[in-house]
Amino acid sequence: MSDTTKFESLSKKKRRENTICYIILVLISIIWLFPFFGLVMQSFRSYDTEFGGMVGYLIPKHFSLDNYKFLFSGETNYLRWYLNTVIIALANAVLQTAIILAVSYSLSRMRFKGRELLMRFWLVLGMFPGFLTMICMYFLLKQFGLTQAGAVPGLILTYAASSGMGYYVCKGYFDTIPKALDEAARIDGATRAQVFYIMTIPLSKPIVIYTALTAFMAPWCDYIFASYVAFGHDKSYNVAVAMQRWVFTNDYQGYFTRFCAGGVLVAIPVMLLFMALQKYYVEGVTGGAVKG
Amino acid sequence: MKKKKPVAGAFSALGKDLREIGTTFVKGDWKTKISFLIMGFGPILRGQIVKGLAFLAAEILFFVYLFGFGLQYLSKINTLGTVETQKIHRHTVYGDNSFLILLFGILTIVIIAAIILVWRMNVRENFVEEKKLREGKTLPSNKKALASLLDENFDKTLMALPMLGVFVFTVLPIIFMVCVAFTNYDATHQSPTNLFTWVGLDNFKNLFSFGSNGFGKTFGTVLSWTLVWAFFATFIDYFVGLAVAMLINKKGIRFKKVWRTILVVTIAVPQFVSLLYVSKMFDNDGIVNGFLMRIGLIDSYIPFWQDPLLAKVMIILINIWIGIPYMMLIATGLLMNIPEDLYESAKIDGANPGQMFRHITLPYMLFVTGPFLLTQFTGNLNNFNVIYLLSGGGPQSLKLTGNAGHTDLLVTWLYKMTVNDTDYKMAAVIGIMVFIVVAVVTLSVYNLLPSVKDEEGFQ
Repeated sequence: MSDTTKFESLSKKKRRENTICYIILVLISIIWLFPFFGLVMQSFRSYDTEFGGMVGYLIPKHFSLDNYKFLFSGETNYLRWYLNTVIIALANAVLQTAIILAVSYSLSRMRFKGRELLMRFWLVLGMFPGFLTMICMYFLLKQFGLTQAGAVPGLILTYAASSGMGYYVCKGYFDTIPKALDEAARIDGATRAQVFYIMTIPLSKPIVIYTALTAFMAPWCDYIFASYVAFGHDKSYNVAVAMQRWVFTNDYQGYFTRFCAGGVLVAIPVMLLFMALQKYYVEGVTGGAVKG
Repeated sequence: MKKKKPVAGAFSALGKDLREIGTTFVKGDWKTKISFLIMGFGPILRGQIVKGLAFLAAEILFFVYLFGFGLQYLSKINTLGTVETQKIHRHTVYGDNSFLILLFGILTIVIIAAIILVWRMNVRENFVEEKKLREGKTLPSNKKALASLLDENFDKTLMALPMLGVFVFTVLPIIFMVCVAFTNYDATHQSPTNLFTWVGLDNFKNLFSFGSNGFGKTFGTVLSWTLVWAFFATFIDYFVGLAVAMLINKKGIRFKKVWRTILVVTIAVPQFVSLLYVSKMFDNDGIVNGFLMRIGLIDSYIPFWQDPLLAKVMIILINIWIGIPYMMLIATGLLMNIPEDLYESAKIDGANPGQMFRHITLPYMLFVTGPFLLTQFTGNLNNFNVIYLLSGGGPQSLKLTGNAGHTDLLVTWLYKMTVNDTDYKMAAVIGIMVFIVVAVVTLSVYNLLPSVKDEEGFQ
């Protein structure tokens, strides 16, 4: 008899504990999602009746698609900015992944002279802040005509060119693939190149997807360098650069809801892609964090 | 890890190298001797046409570059140009362009260094070929030499482009900017209209001068906030993230995947959307102030971004929103790796949850995530996005020079100097300082980490 009461009180205690946990989790979830809820709500606020500025209430009095219509109306180059960003992101995903895979394979599998020196050298280079070299990069790109009107290919080139240094996570993953597999294939007459294409890459599917995903997402946030390279040339802006102006330099009181609408359109596809590939992302960050 | 005396090692290696070059010349046949002047001559005559032609092409390209382009810049690098741009009869006659002189001067120096390396490889190639022939072995055919680029020499094929890219777009600009720190390149010395020149250590003296125009006080303020920010941003995120991960992983909690997905939304949405919106939420006429005023909690708005201390606290708090999900993802994976029987036996010994956390979970996590904490810390030192999108470095301060605001990190300050003030020389100095801070933190912590093992140990 006493045993069962003890058991019951224990499970009661457990249940109470779990209830507290659930309350905390729900609170966290509300905090986490609240800004996004606000963003979406504001984007549907009617521009005609409630103007486009910031207001002290969350739910619009009139729902409308005014702000979205504005984006597609051709009054601004929004579609062009969006397209620019998609092009940069796709190109970056392909080029950066190819380069990182190549570098990681070489550093993980081949033993060449100066290999450790190179890794140490790149580590040191990574300690310099990226913005330091901004002016120099700008003039370098200008020499090739890749600024202003040519900013999109210019940005693609810059992102791809320095991507070799971001090999850590990928190399760490390659290191975990047993070398014996390579050796077995080599004994069977495969060249290094064949081992790379036929064996290593298919075995590393998660990390390939992780690399491509992060490479795809990075250009969506790049405001600094993109605005510097495309300076003053509206058609070369990416969404981040262009919409930043709506909040900062332009009269944001009128453009705020338009910014929200534009932001929603940017966030949705990127978010869906991320959610779909979340599994691989987790594998990438976890592996990268442990190996450093 | 091998510990050698680096300086002595380098010298002995250099001596060995020079000796080998000497013996190659003295003992080599005439083909080798001519190869010392005309690169690739020996290999071509010995039938190694592909390799030989590559060496020869490198030499020809080098001289074309040097005399056609590089030399005119290199010759002026000691003054960075003397001929001013002038206006003669309403025509602008351009003089020297200090920027290009410095940039291409550096490029030329690096290319000269590279050609010396290639020349050394050329000598070695001759040496190896002669040795092989003397031993009666045959040299590999040209076809084989090319095919090796996909096999034994596959690394060269793979690394060539990435290394070139890193050189042109990272190494060269960094050398350039480090040099700029020793010049007077700023708003009043803009090329091509004005020249700039070397000024030695003046800029560094300026950075550490505490006079009315000196940068000393501002630098100290910005640096200390940078360190404080990085410390809080890293460790608060780390422990709160760990706590959230443990909460979600707790036995009996359902919908684990849902909770995780909700948190991860802040990683998935581009920061310029989410952070800008949040920044506006807390603006004076933003939704938070509006709501609080409407329900009568406050009479006038709370100056979230105008009050220095409040702005700093807000940034650290909002950063939790962005930063926790990463830690949560990482911790989730790692927590599952801790053997369950450790907890079981602790429970039998009568340990409470707090003790188990302190003696099992935390030591394990700190051990495994040491390198991650380090990279997070250095990443936060340079966390441009969060600061720039939230507060823009503001509120501005009259007490600080160089347009620095109260929440400016070294990097955002550097950015402002480059873009707003075009004070390139001081921006370069700050950049070097950031490098020094990151390097000092990394080196001093890295060797203390228990989990740093020999890199090969993982394989």
